[in-house]
Amino acid sequence: MNNINKPNLIKIIKDGLTASANWILNIFVNTMDWIMDPIQRKIGVKRMAYIFLLPNLLIFGIFVLFPMLLNFYYAFTGGTKLFPQDRPFVGFENFRILLECENYFNPNTCTEDLFWRAVYNTLKFVVFQVGGMIILSLITALILNRKIVARGFFRSVFFYPVLLSPVVVALIWKWILQRDGLFNAVIMQFGGERINFLLDANWATFWVIFISIWANMGFFTLILLAGLQSIPPDLYEAGSMDGTNDWQSFWHITMPLLMPTMFVVLVLSLIRAVQVFDQIYVLTGGGPGSATLYMVQYIYNKGFSDQIHIFGLAAAASVLMAVVLMIFTLIQLYLTRKSDAV
Amino acid sequence: MDIKKFLFRTRISKKIGVSDILTYLYLFFGVILMFGPVLWLILSSFKTPAALVKFPPSILPYGQESIVVEGFDDPLPLYIVTFPDGSEQKMAQVRRVGLEAQMIDPENPSEIVKVSINDRTESNKLQFEWANYTDSLKSFNFITYLKNSVVVTVAATIVTLIINSMAAFALSKYEFKGRNLIFIIIISTLLIPISVILVPVFLVITEMNLNNNLWGVIIPGAATPTGVFLLRQYMLTIPDELIAAARIDGASEWRIYWQVMLPLAAPALAVLTIFSVMWRWNDFLWPLIVLSKNELFTLQVGLNSFQGELNVKWNYILAMTVMTLLPISAVFAFLQKYITTGISSTGLKG
Repeated sequence: MNNINKPNLIKIIKDGLTASANWILNIFVNTMDWIMDPIQRKIGVKRMAYIFLLPNLLIFGIFVLFPMLLNFYYAFTGGTKLFPQDRPFVGFENFRILLECENYFNPNTCTEDLFWRAVYNTLKFVVFQVGGMIILSLITALILNRKIVARGFFRSVFFYPVLLSPVVVALIWKWILQRDGLFNAVIMQFGGERINFLLDANWATFWVIFISIWANMGFFTLILLAGLQSIPPDLYEAGSMDGTNDWQSFWHITMPLLMPTMFVVLVLSLIRAVQVFDQIYVLTGGGPGSATLYMVQYIYNKGFSDQIHIFGLAAAASVLMAVVLMIFTLIQLYLTRKSDAV
Repeated sequence: MDIKKFLFRTRISKKIGVSDILTYLYLFFGVILMFGPVLWLILSSFKTPAALVKFPPSILPYGQESIVVEGFDDPLPLYIVTFPDGSEQKMAQVRRVGLEAQMIDPENPSEIVKVSINDRTESNKLQFEWANYTDSLKSFNFITYLKNSVVVTVAATIVTLIINSMAAFALSKYEFKGRNLIFIIIISTLLIPISVILVPVFLVITEMNLNNNLWGVIIPGAATPTGVFLLRQYMLTIPDELIAAARIDGASEWRIYWQVMLPLAAPALAVLTIFSVMWRWNDFLWPLIVLSKNELFTLQVGLNSFQGELNVKWNYILAMTVMTLLPISAVFAFLQKYITTGISSTGLKG
């Protein structure tokens, strides 16, 4: 009895699920017919484009475009109230507070010293993270581009951490770096002394950069690999006929042809590095002290996490950050257009 | 085993040079560096709380053996005792008094032997502590976070797919005033992240009463410029003749979108689905701002709040972290080809 019924049962469940999914989809599509048909009759076929655009543009307008403009309003008003009507106009006061320094090389002399620490930390992070990541991604892409066995497997190995959530990445490394963690066990095995990695400013900075490279390099490796594979192999054959060695063909064939991809990778990674937040927030919380406090966390702290929510400073800081990102974006658009034209 | 066979069978070059050795060394090191930390997390997640605080840590999850002895209610921990004559015996500990432990032979429970604690070592065996998983699954919070994450991911992905594909359809298949302007405005925000407009978006959410509401997490990111761009580029390659033919057959514009365009754009929709699931499942900053009630936390926000507690329960955090990365790892295992080709062809991750 049971044996005969089992496959039928599975089939019934499967059919039932498909039928109910279809039923829901049908209701949706019929309702939409009922809404859309009269509209189409009224405004004509061509203007239906606006109807199709409407939902996306509505959300885009309310949650992206309008806030971008509103951000300026916040940047030029003061107080701790969220609602715009309660906020007094203060002109450039927020920017003055952020930017005023007696000596720009010493954050202690600035009115808002945490902002300048965040700026310098972000600058340091961007230089080392982007620099390290591009070099490592390039080496990895070059190696994956060689004639190796199981290339697909190795490619996905380097790509895997890209998919992990920043919180998961932070927790994985926090567990390894903790006082009684794996690394300290290895260090002590070799006779070294236990290090409190995340409580020492220099070590924390190092690990934050290292982990960020670890989590992101697979993505850029993939883009560089695609760039390498688009270089026609004939060029290398022609080169080897002319007697070039590997080193020469790397500098004179690979690098020049890879340059457009390298620029895209550079700009994309710069944009991402400037907005670094999640991993570091979970891993160090900006500490020890303010050693790993970066721009987005400064904005988050000012607007949402500190006891007093100073939205004006948060907005002013994000306007400054947006300007930097805008410049990178323009470079990016200019470069992609240029490389498309080639 | 399979990998070994694979390596030997399909060798491409006839002789192995120094550069080949360096290549494979690099790749081998890469495998350890990329997978090692995750493997360590998974192994650690099966350790008992006692094994977790042990230093130096063991690689595999070992736990102390225990045994039920007649006359004692609780199972007794097992130790290996070294006697002065050098012989060793497995014994159960009844209690510890200062530097001395009272041990019994499980076979002969009546006789108590006093042993210095320096002469005994724990008797360990490989032991997977599934309780870390079952306990966290039983706890109210984790299930709630999981449910919230699933709701946000599924709802956001459906909304994103529908509104992005509608917009892409309009931008790719209609001639109308302002088309290029709208497209350029959308594209120019491609790389402007939510992190630079946090305060005003928070205001909009508050004004709409979506603060502490999952819809406040779902809606703002739904109109992704990435999705519109990806789908539009794909739809441009679908011939206009198909639409013209459908119009002659009397199909309404909505039917053309739903029954002609969407099925043909399925590959691009699949790529966007994968991206959207990844973005939403992993999203952290925006949910952190919108959701301040514990019962609304998503997994990522919930995990962060667990690890920020004063008394960090690593055994649960590790198990929950593993469960959080499992869905994404499954997606990766089955769809990695689509993800990697999708990324290398569009250069986008978001």
